[in-house]
Amino acid sequence: MLYIEKDLVDDLIAVAESIDEECCGFLFGYERFGDRIVTETMVAQNVAKNRRDRLFEISPKEYLDAERYADANNLKVLGFYHSHLDHPAIPSESDRIAAYPELSYLIVSVINRKFKDIRSWRLNASARFDEEVINDRTIN
Amino acid sequence: MATVFIPTPLRKFTNNTAKLEVAGNNVSEVVSKLTGNFPELKRHLINADGKIPSFINIFVDDDDIRNLQQEQTVVKENTIISIVPAIAGGRE
Repeated sequence: MLYIEKDLVDDLIAVAESIDEECCGFLFGYERFGDRIVTETMVAQNVAKNRRDRLFEISPKEYLDAERYADANNLKVLGFYHSHLDHPAIPSESDRIAAYPELSYLIVSVINRKFKDIRSWRLNASARFDEEVINDRTIN
Repeated sequence: MATVFIPTPLRKFTNNTAKLEVAGNNVSEVVSKLTGNFPELKRHLINADGKIPSFINIFVDDDDIRNLQQEQTVVKENTIISIVPAIAGGRE
């Protein structure tokens, strides 16, 4: 299960609704008895060279800085988030190909600039995504 | 020996260790030694041609080795080598 405070989710949704391209960023936190607790998020710049309304890419340096931040603050990069514009919060093939096991991939669906859904996914041993339950006490 | 910083997605292949001391005179030697010590890392860090794949970025301190001498970039005692997988995706 992925625990994430409602305030953090609201922040992600606000960013996702405010721009005409896919937003993206990092989920920081820790693991406890198999659960994953997000304590911080950090927005990243979408540096995809084109179609940023349909694709995202995080620069290697920005990702390295995020890993360093986690290391310096005794946190873990639990995963990444990004938005899908006018599309469900379901991972695409490009999401799957670029994904790594052990991490959470949180997707915010925005339809006509309005929040629609948020879902989290993790890659299984067969390199397919399984949905990860988000603690719904933190979400309206 | 140089320090190799392993990012979260690859730590499952290094017994959850984030920082490793690895000997080598250049990046190629360090990566070779690292994958020798942790064979499961090899398929992520070395492609069929024996090269570091395009979706893996390697930094020597704050510089991408593509802007230095690539895999021949010299490594010193206090060098920190960071392995940085590409993070990308999207609805398409």
